[in-house]
Amino acid sequence: MLVYVLKRLIYALPTALGVTLVTFMLVYLAPGDPLNAIAPADAPENVINALKATYGLDRPLPVRYGLWLWRALQGDLGASIASGRAVSSEVFAAVSNTLLLAGAAALLGVLLGCVLGGLAGYRSGSWVDRIASALSVVGVSIPHYWLGLVLTIVFSIQLGWLPAMGAGPGDSDGWRWDIAHLRHLVLPAVTLAVIPMGIITRTVRALVAETLNQEFVVSLQARGLGAGRIFRHVAKNAAPTVLAVAGLQVGYLMGGSILVETVFAWPGTGFMLNTAIFQRDIPLLQGTILVLCLFFVVLNLAVDLLQPLLDPRIAR
Amino acid sequence: MSFLKIHLAAGLLALPLALAAITAQAETVARYGISMADIPLTTGQPDRGAGAYQFTGHTIYDPLIAWEANIGTRPGKLIPGLATEWKVDPKDSKVWTFKLRKGVKFHDGSDFKADAVVWNLDKVLNDKSPQFDAKQAAQVKPRIPSIASFKKIDDYTVEITTKDTDALFPYQLPWFLVGSPAQWEKMGRDWAKVATQPSGTGPFKLDKLVPRERAELVKNAGYWDQSRIPKTDRIVLVPIPDAVTRANALLNGQVDLIETPPPDMLPQLAAGKFRIVQNVTPHVWPYHFSTQPGSPWTDIRVRKAANLAIDRASIVKLLGGQAVAAKGQLDPSSPWFGKPSFDLKYDLPAARALMAAAGYSAAKPLKAKIIIAQGGTGQMLSLPMNEYIQQSLAEVNIQVEFQVVELENLYLHWRAGAKADMNAGKGITGINLGYVTADPFYALTRFAYGKYIAPNGVNWGGYDNPKVNEAIEQIRSSFDTKVQDKLLAFVHQQMVDDALMMWVVHDTNPHALSPKVKQFIQAQHWFQDLTTIGM
Repeated sequence: MLVYVLKRLIYALPTALGVTLVTFMLVYLAPGDPLNAIAPADAPENVINALKATYGLDRPLPVRYGLWLWRALQGDLGASIASGRAVSSEVFAAVSNTLLLAGAAALLGVLLGCVLGGLAGYRSGSWVDRIASALSVVGVSIPHYWLGLVLTIVFSIQLGWLPAMGAGPGDSDGWRWDIAHLRHLVLPAVTLAVIPMGIITRTVRALVAETLNQEFVVSLQARGLGAGRIFRHVAKNAAPTVLAVAGLQVGYLMGGSILVETVFAWPGTGFMLNTAIFQRDIPLLQGTILVLCLFFVVLNLAVDLLQPLLDPRIAR
Repeated sequence: MSFLKIHLAAGLLALPLALAAITAQAETVARYGISMADIPLTTGQPDRGAGAYQFTGHTIYDPLIAWEANIGTRPGKLIPGLATEWKVDPKDSKVWTFKLRKGVKFHDGSDFKADAVVWNLDKVLNDKSPQFDAKQAAQVKPRIPSIASFKKIDDYTVEITTKDTDALFPYQLPWFLVGSPAQWEKMGRDWAKVATQPSGTGPFKLDKLVPRERAELVKNAGYWDQSRIPKTDRIVLVPIPDAVTRANALLNGQVDLIETPPPDMLPQLAAGKFRIVQNVTPHVWPYHFSTQPGSPWTDIRVRKAANLAIDRASIVKLLGGQAVAAKGQLDPSSPWFGKPSFDLKYDLPAARALMAAAGYSAAKPLKAKIIIAQGGTGQMLSLPMNEYIQQSLAEVNIQVEFQVVELENLYLHWRAGAKADMNAGKGITGINLGYVTADPFYALTRFAYGKYIAPNGVNWGGYDNPKVNEAIEQIRSSFDTKVQDKLLAFVHQQMVDDALMMWVVHDTNPHALSPKVKQFIQAQHWFQDLTTIGM
């Protein structure tokens, strides 16, 4: 087990390094100029050149990458070109908001997905299966932002039950676990939860239906085991795959909420990335993508480490 | 039961105290959903373009010469700000003297004097000064290009020398804002800290800044201009870049007014008793033609035909009425509009005749590539508008092909000029970019003066008319504003008669107001006066 853990940890390092390189190259490959974020459109050449020197954008790319990586390893992600604020503080403030949203959406998506998928698998071919399968197809197919807008129109504007935007009341200084703040979480979390819900429903349904047809389940039934105990066996067999799929989905939720965060003006990484992309705010883009990618790497690592606990054969 | 009684009694006792507290807290608050993704820079010179000055520029700070922005029924004019008077030296027309306003204090309590003006000019123009801030300099340096040197004469007099004689120099000064040197010292000479606790002399003080979420401006009751004391105690600026989200927030009551509601939500807003306010705004949405050799637009007949092929009224309809049809670079209400002989109207037969005279027909159409942005500030509904124009131009045998890029990338093509390889080399002969036309330089001279042909300026297409050049040179040395206005009108009418661009519409910078907002004056400018918002 220890060897397995060490192996996974060692594999994570080149992945993380690769992520930094790809992140860096991608943002420089995109057309546009980061100085547009800070200089007026008609800024003369001498002003642009002075700014390039100030932000180190006049240096060769490998030098910039080396310097950025060296600083990033020390926890310094530089300063945003657009705002001048430290990228690390910007990213971590936004990451905490995104984590909150992604966490709530993941909880909702995984929970609903497991319940609907389990029911559909157990009642394969029945009307329960048909409803659950239809919901999962809708969940996977529906565009996020469209659903977000529709939910806003219904629950915020028509009914006036929930706020239309933001992560807290107007005078909020950060997230708090109270009703006023939780009301802001409902619509974006539901919007974001539909895709993982759909995918997990389909996965769980297929796994449960497949496992129920396996010989060991028939033999368990023949031995006269109750439905509850058989369910435990089925769940245990399905768990590693569901965990892997759920891990990936949580990772996607962390990085894939740009549209939902924009529709709900949720101050997370997606909202920030959207702005940073249009402003070509390279340090902010690099820092945000790096942190999100590292989250993904860590999440996959956590899933890899959890799987042997559920199925010891994986560690062999 | 006794437990309930105790609580009831306690509640009754607390009631008068609660009522007193409510009375004391009767603060008027306006929550303003702005279209920007973040709060503009608060250190003195706002970033994010001309539209940002109304939020963290002219609210917290004052310029030496201000723009009259608390009037909506006519175009504003230059008015005294922190300078009570200014005049050019009759012996040397490059030397300007500014008399400063006495008794003005910064929000931190320090006095406003000539030293502060010099210190602020050094902050953005002298990279050797300790207070130099590259970011602020980048914002304002291109807007005050005429300044060569400056010095203090006495505590309330400053002298500024321009590089050349420039009678339009005062128009540059509303962009230059004055912050407190004492506050910078107090904040440990750290601009990042100043951003959270800035100090100017403006009608509002910054009470709170939460990056990307909100900025709270509170009334400066001791503001030197008693006629501009804010009508609302607190204005909360909330960045909501997505137009639909912004309108939803207004409908839901999370904000009280918003900038730029989406056109297709206007009926819904109107039905909900929300008020739409808009006004003539110094902005134009044109196709700027290349007149460099090899460009099909070198022929004035073709340029005029393009202008006559556009049904501007339909485009205004497409925009939900949030625009006005262009008659030139400027709106006819501008004192610099002049009397152009070329009337920008929808006249297909005349356009076709001009194209035929230029040698084009359905069998031999004119082909041109125009670079456009997919959207962004000032670009209005870029793609639908461009598609409409593409079809309109096809009706007069002009086949337009688009190169669609992001706005940031479009700026690179714009600065480079039509002649640059990235444009001429790729067959690009026109650019579609929304232009701010706030003052004579921004509206006219930067596009019309031969000396500003890109890359020396943003005369993108290479327009070089000797008569216009001569007029611009006269403007720069005419200190009589009436003469200036006359010459500027001549420049504009010449631009229109030469069909320098294909002008389509002017933005009207619409705002949607909830019934809670009782007062709001929208100036005919990008500079708006937030002191006029009353709840």
